[in-house]
Formats: sequence, structure tokens, C-alpha cells
Amino acid sequence: MSELATRTAVTATPVKAPAKSLRWLKLAAWLAVLVVLLALPLYLQAEWLKAGQWMMTGAVGAIGLTMLVGQAGQLSLAHAFFLLAGGTTYTVLASGTEDGRVVGFGLDPLLSLLIAVAFTALLGLAFAPVSGRLRGIYLGVASLSLVFLGLYFGQSADRLTGGTSTGRTPAPFALFGFTFDSSGSLQILGVPIRQAEKMWYLYLALTVIAFVLARGAVNSRVGRSWRAVRDHEASAAAMGVNVARAKAGAFAVSSAYAGLAGAMTVLWFDILKPDENEFGTYGINVSIAYLAMVIIGGLGSIGGALVGALIVFGLPQVLSLYSTQLGIFTGSGEGAFTPVLVSTFVYGAAIILVVLFEPGGLAAIGRRITGSLHRDRKKEGTLDETAAFPGPRGDADHRRVRHQGG
Amino acid sequence: MHTFLQLVVNGVGKGAVYALLALGFVIIFKSTEVINFAHGSLVLFGGYLVVATRDALGWTGAALLGVAGAGLLAVVVERLLLSRSKLADPNSLALLTIGVDVIVTEEIVRRLGVSVPFIGAAWDAKPIQVGGITLFRTHLVAMAVAAVLITAFYLAFKFSNWGVAMRAQAENREAAALMGIRSRGVTMTAWLVAGLLAGVAVLFLATQDFSGAGLSRATHSIALAAFPAAILGGLDSTAGAVVGGLIVGLVEALSAQYISFDFSKSAVFLVMLLVLVIRPSGLFGTREITRV
Repeated sequence: MSELATRTAVTATPVKAPAKSLRWLKLAAWLAVLVVLLALPLYLQAEWLKAGQWMMTGAVGAIGLTMLVGQAGQLSLAHAFFLLAGGTTYTVLASGTEDGRVVGFGLDPLLSLLIAVAFTALLGLAFAPVSGRLRGIYLGVASLSLVFLGLYFGQSADRLTGGTSTGRTPAPFALFGFTFDSSGSLQILGVPIRQAEKMWYLYLALTVIAFVLARGAVNSRVGRSWRAVRDHEASAAAMGVNVARAKAGAFAVSSAYAGLAGAMTVLWFDILKPDENEFGTYGINVSIAYLAMVIIGGLGSIGGALVGALIVFGLPQVLSLYSTQLGIFTGSGEGAFTPVLVSTFVYGAAIILVVLFEPGGLAAIGRRITGSLHRDRKKEGTLDETAAFPGPRGDADHRRVRHQGG
Repeated sequence: MHTFLQLVVNGVGKGAVYALLALGFVIIFKSTEVINFAHGSLVLFGGYLVVATRDALGWTGAALLGVAGAGLLAVVVERLLLSRSKLADPNSLALLTIGVDVIVTEEIVRRLGVSVPFIGAAWDAKPIQVGGITLFRTHLVAMAVAAVLITAFYLAFKFSNWGVAMRAQAENREAAALMGIRSRGVTMTAWLVAGLLAGVAVLFLATQDFSGAGLSRATHSIALAAFPAAILGGLDSTAGAVVGGLIVGLVEALSAQYISFDFSKSAVFLVMLLVLVIRPSGLFGTREITRV
């Protein structure tokens, strides 16, 4: 994996010492995006908000996976397992015991969410004996075993999961007594704030927190140790990085993100329903979909993970919303092209194209655009020499050397 | 004891099919260091060709076409996609095969729709009783075919020019190229052979005797069980593929009976995990040595 990562993954770390002005420009752009996202519920219909929440769920999971695969260089196909683990933990802790069929603790939803995230992190740590010893594809296939274990767990532990046939309903999320449902008569600018709007803000908050924390981790000492281990384990050890700890830590962090995404998945569906076979909500195909987000976005790039989630999880949502308007995808039953199917084709093709033509993913394309912006400005003489940006080709290697040096 | 013997017989019968699939992984890995995640879709493609053409061609003709088709698809994937990106390292190419797998599998599942056709067989499906143990004919044929194919592969690998070239390339790509071995030809044949083996394997997979179910998405996931087989044997060992296949077949059969049917799939992967924790490169795999 290490070679893969160095070739394909360029870190999300901002290049050292880009011009100050550009950094402000970037920050301003992110803020503008945030403002737009905050305003959207005032203009969009509930079903579009619902679609947006699904993309944000994907984004949180993909941010976790891109840190593991791209930054720490460990291939994992286990993401779906941690989704199931996080969703189940939240549901079991937060739901009440009214339904005698299942176990519930009726804890505060926020507390349940936090415990669910912590618990999935521990599960990720528990995988350390395996993840620490294996590399690359071996680790990928080994982690696949967790998905099969999750499938078995979902089927057999029906006191916790509600079973494959009926599932169970999670408690609605609530924050200090404020429930995220249709109750209350809150209004902003004349727009009634109902469940869809509230959930939008909740998901947005979770995504922003996940994003900011991930950026912090990647830019810190922790992120540097991950990249050192990714690039060369033995050299990293020689440089004083605790390889085992860095690897286990990356797996734990990534699992925690997946656990949060799992709780968001359960809340989005408003039901926890384990799979009957390995191709469901928590199956291999989901692991692959998350991997697709990460590859398409550019391995290791946090921003890329967001765009990847937009494509892989957003496309089926958008297509199905448009299909009713445009009258496409009206076929059903045998041989029909459903929005999900079309999106699957699209992201399958996107994986192939990215690996063939732009191993850095969409993040590299974005970087190239800001890079050319950068050079234009340099021509105008507004930039100091240290900020020289490497050319669009071969910049990955250049930056890698820099990271190793730094 | 009687049940146990019966389970061992069943396990070995299934294991022979897994060995064919695992051998496909190993051949591709040996020659190119790429793990072919699209192996399951080659299996589905071969099976689909058989189902689609057997009315017109008869079973034998359709089977030959299916096997050839799976081999051809493997070569097309290699020529069209993988060979174009010589600069990319094997691990990113493995990710590329995930993309291929997603597309081919979804398309075939779409074409199959709700139908789950059995591939059927040219041989009589009636089981044979030997001393109180039931022998499924599909398993017997599978074992015979696997034995013949694996022996043939082994002999070719040891004695033919292709085998020498392949071993040379597996040993050291650059050195082999300098010695005048055409890596293009070796790689292409490796993918062809792996595809053909996948095409043969599916003839046994989607039958009543093997899985009790016809060709569907589930067939793809049965093919996934060949992953643990290849990995626990050691990805670069042909003997490991055979042993791995048999282990997977046995573990599946025994755990389905003695633990639970739902658990049998996980059991296979758990055994693989156990082997990997003890021997990170599988039972027969070469160990990686790192130098700084």
C-alpha cells in the first residue's frame, strides 16, 4: 500500500507556505460554502434536504476512510462493519425498552452517540493485532472478514439489532431536550423548521466537526506519523515513529468516523435493519462505495472525500429525485435501469478513469486549478520565492519529499 | 463419524472448485503482483454466457463458450485497462479491478433480473451412494476436472517455455525483460488462464449440488470465498492455492454443520484471519523482507 499511497495519494496537507493571500482565499471559499449550506433549508424542499443528509453521511464516513487509506496507507474494506457497529450501539443505547423484543437502555441520545463513536474506535483498536501485521491487499482482504462477521452478528444478535426481518427503530436524536422531529413551531424567515430542516442542521454540524477534526489530525504530528508509516514503515521506525501505535491509531480514528456515519445512517433511514445477505446497507457493496468515494476524491484528501461522497452517494439521490420530474427511470422490475444502478456504473467507471488518468483523484485536479491560479499570481510578482508551486505534473513526488523532510 | 466423513467428502468437493478460483488469483498475482478483485465478475460473466446460449448451443457448446468468454473478458480487461497504465503500481491496479468488478457484476445482475437460473449439467445429477456416504456427481466431476487442470497447469509451469517465462517474471520482472522474456505475452496468458479457470469453476458453482442456488449475485459472493483460499495459502504459491481451496471447502462444510449455517461464511474468513496473524504471508507464501 505504501507505494500506492505515495503514487496516488497526495496528502490533504496544504502545501507548505502557500501565499498567505491564497490561504485566506481558501478559508473564505470554505466559509462561503458553509453559509450556502446553512441557508439551503430555507429554500429547498424536504426531499432535497433528505438527499443532502445522505451525502453528508457519506462524507463523514469517507473522511474517516481517506485518513486510513490515503494518509496511513492501510487498505480497508471493513468500513461497512463499523457503520453497522456504530448504528447498532447508538440504537441500543438510545432506544427505550418499550419493545420487549429488543434490548434498550433509553440513554440520552447525545451521550449514546458519543459512546457509539468511542465504542467503534475501540473496535478498530481491537483489530490492531491484524492491521498492524498486514499490509496492502492482504489487509484489504483480511478486513473484509469483518463485514462477514457483521453480517452474522446482525442476523444472530437480534435482541440488539432487531433482526433481519423487522429491524428496530432508533430513538430520535435530541440535544438537551430539543428533539429533532416535526414538533414545535419554530420559524426562520417565515420558513417553518420541521424535521427535515432540523436534521439538516444536525448533519451539517456533525459533518463540519468531522471535517475540522480531520484537517487538524492530518496537519498535526499524528498525521505526519501516519504519512511516515505509509511511505516506509522501516524508515518511520528508524526515525522514531511508533509504527504499531500509528497504525492502530489510524484504524481507530477511521472506525470512529465510520461509527458516527453508522449512527447517521440509522437516523436517516429511521430504522436499524441488519442485512439478510452481504449486499445490503452494511454489506461489501457499501464498503466498496466508500472506497470509491475515497479513490475518486483522491486518496488522503479530506476535501476530496467530501466531493467523492457527493458523487457516489449524491448521484442516486439526485437521479431519483429528477426521475419523477423528467420521467426517466420509469421502468421497473426486470432489467430496469434504476438510479442506483446508473450511479453504480458511474462510480465504477470513475474508479477506472481515476486510476488510469489521474491517480491523485479529483483533489489533484482541484490542486492543479489552484496551482495555476497560484502561478498566474506569481507572474504578477505578488508571491515570494518560497511559495513556488511545483508544476502540475510530477508535483506529487516533489511534495512527498517535502513531507519526509519535514 | 459418519456425518463427519460425509462433510469431509462434501468439503473436498467444494474445495476443488475454490482451488480453481484461488489458482486464478495466484497466477495473476505471480505474473503481475495485481490482485484481481474482478475475479467474481469473470465467474458471473462465464455463467451468464452459458445460461444465455445453452438453448441454442446445447450444454456442452454453451459451457465451452462460457469458459472461453470468461477467459476473453480477462484478457480484454488486462489489455484494455491494466496494460495501459504501466506506471501505476500493482495496488492501484487492484483498485482499478474493483471498478471493473462493480460494472460487470451490476450489468449481469441487471440482465438476470429476478431469475436465478441453474447452469445445469451434462452429467447425471443423481447422487451415488458408497458405503452410506452420498457422493454428489457434481463434486466428483469438479474434483476430476480440478485435478486434471491443476496437474496440467503444474506441468506447464514446470516444463513449458511459458512456465519458465512466467517463473522468471515472477522472480524479477526487469531481469526477465532483459533476458528477452516478453512480459506482455506472459501477463496476457496469465490473465487468460485465470479467466478460463473462473469460467470452468462457475460450471460447478451455480448448481443444486454446490450452492443449492442458481446464478445470481450470490454466485459472485461464493467466488469471493476464493479470496481467503488464495490468501491463506499464500498469494504467490500455486500449491498454496490448492491447499487453501481445500481448507476453505472443509471449514465451510464443517462449520455449517457443527456451528451454524449462517456462521459458515464468517468461519472461512476467521480461519484466514487466524492464519494471517500467525503467518502474515500465508501458509506457503514467500515472506517479504524489508530493507532500509
